[in-house]
Amino acid sequence: MTNSELLLQPHNYPGRLIIVEGIDGSGKSTQIKLVQRWLVSLGYNVFFTEWNSADLVKKTTKRGKKSRSLTPTTFSLLHATDFAHRLVSNILPPLKAGMIVLADRYVYTAYARDHVRGCDRNWVRKVYGFAPKPDIAFYFKVPIEVSLKRITMARQVLKDFEAGMDLQLHPDPMESFRLFQGMILEEYDRMSAENDFCVISATGTISEQQKQVREVIGDRLETYQRKPRIA
Amino acid sequence: MSQLTFFGEGLPYIEAYDYPGVLITVEGTDGVGRTTQIVMLKEWLEVQGYGVIETGWTRSQLIGRTISQAKQGRSLNRLTYSLLYAADFADRLEKEIIPALRSGFVVLADRYVFTALARDVARGVDRAWVRDLFGFAPVPHLVLYLKIDVASLIRRVIPRGVIDYFESGMDLGMGDDPYDSFKRYQTTLIKEYNRMSQEFGFHEVNARWKPERMHTRLREIVTEFFKQRKFYDYRGAPSVDPPIIKADAPEPMIKTS
Repeated sequence: MTNSELLLQPHNYPGRLIIVEGIDGSGKSTQIKLVQRWLVSLGYNVFFTEWNSADLVKKTTKRGKKSRSLTPTTFSLLHATDFAHRLVSNILPPLKAGMIVLADRYVYTAYARDHVRGCDRNWVRKVYGFAPKPDIAFYFKVPIEVSLKRITMARQVLKDFEAGMDLQLHPDPMESFRLFQGMILEEYDRMSAENDFCVISATGTISEQQKQVREVIGDRLETYQRKPRIA
Repeated sequence: MSQLTFFGEGLPYIEAYDYPGVLITVEGTDGVGRTTQIVMLKEWLEVQGYGVIETGWTRSQLIGRTISQAKQGRSLNRLTYSLLYAADFADRLEKEIIPALRSGFVVLADRYVFTALARDVARGVDRAWVRDLFGFAPVPHLVLYLKIDVASLIRRVIPRGVIDYFESGMDLGMGDDPYDSFKRYQTTLIKEYNRMSQEFGFHEVNARWKPERMHTRLREIVTEFFKQRKFYDYRGAPSVDPPIIKADAPEPMIKTS
């Protein structure tokens, strides 16, 4: 898939967009929170946002999940709506104002999930074509067994949608999680190169990973002015 | 074996069944009498023994309510507007339209993706993007386009009372005058419909005609189409139902400013 119309376009805003991706339990949320602490302590203006937190379609998605009436396409489009809402009202304003925006998951989550649920890969990429390309995209790569252990240790119970139970891959949540997240992992790996992912091996300790992440950000932020112009 | 043709990628996860039904969509801006025509068409087809399913725009069980609420709260931007309507359409497509086509029904759609394409482009969304977005939609077998000019439309709609906020594109902020906004928005819409009519081969019917005359014309088009498609009614014969209603003379042409 080298079709350039399927790739996100770089933005020209004064701010910077840094995103993290990875399967559930890869530790990406922990890492981005630490990045936030660090950047704030350095005096940067930082804005944090996460996937699926807009409330425009929250009720609908919830209702749909409960009644199992979402199809792969409606599931995908509702998430895209939610993302578009968040992009326009939360992500773009700070980017235009020259801030550093940290996003826990970005459109790549949709690329992976929607395809695993049955949508066409190219279609999903075109639908999200309105999103700007992140300045840095970290991908926390982790084996399924490690992520499964982390999740079950922390919460004991797997949520149905994390385990992809709606896909009816396997009646056992653990096994379903393995299969579902395995497919997601495959999708991440497949898109990694063409989307310039910065791959971090998520099997190391938290601080080892954080050190790598900070080094990358430090390098890339050299061209970024702390009090940049506003768009 | 009749397969569905899609605008783009289609729905990879639906099975390649036989789809003996027929998808007829009625397009046209607000106030051209689409609903009236659909009611008449449905009755006419049912009298001949065809199974008919009617479907509208923004009526899906899953998302219909969300759209109304979001519109009320005016919390929609151009992208979310397009996407929500696409989601709503996808829901209806997969739960109503596709099953009906599989069971051999005539599906009469009051508006179809063309409405979304016209509206979204009028709202300033990238044309190529909206088309890609609806790549999952099947291409209808027949598009009936009730065509009108802006001046006639305005004469018809304004006497009905208050102009709808979204139908006049007021959310686009093209000025605070509802009349001007309505005119400008509908002009863009009509232009976009006309462009698509050429591109996709819509069957145009003059919406300035009296409803009965339009209906007669629509019957002719549908009859001809069924014959070509060899879509038979219960008698096992193509529907050749001679028009019974006498056509009126067309209303005089009104010049657009």
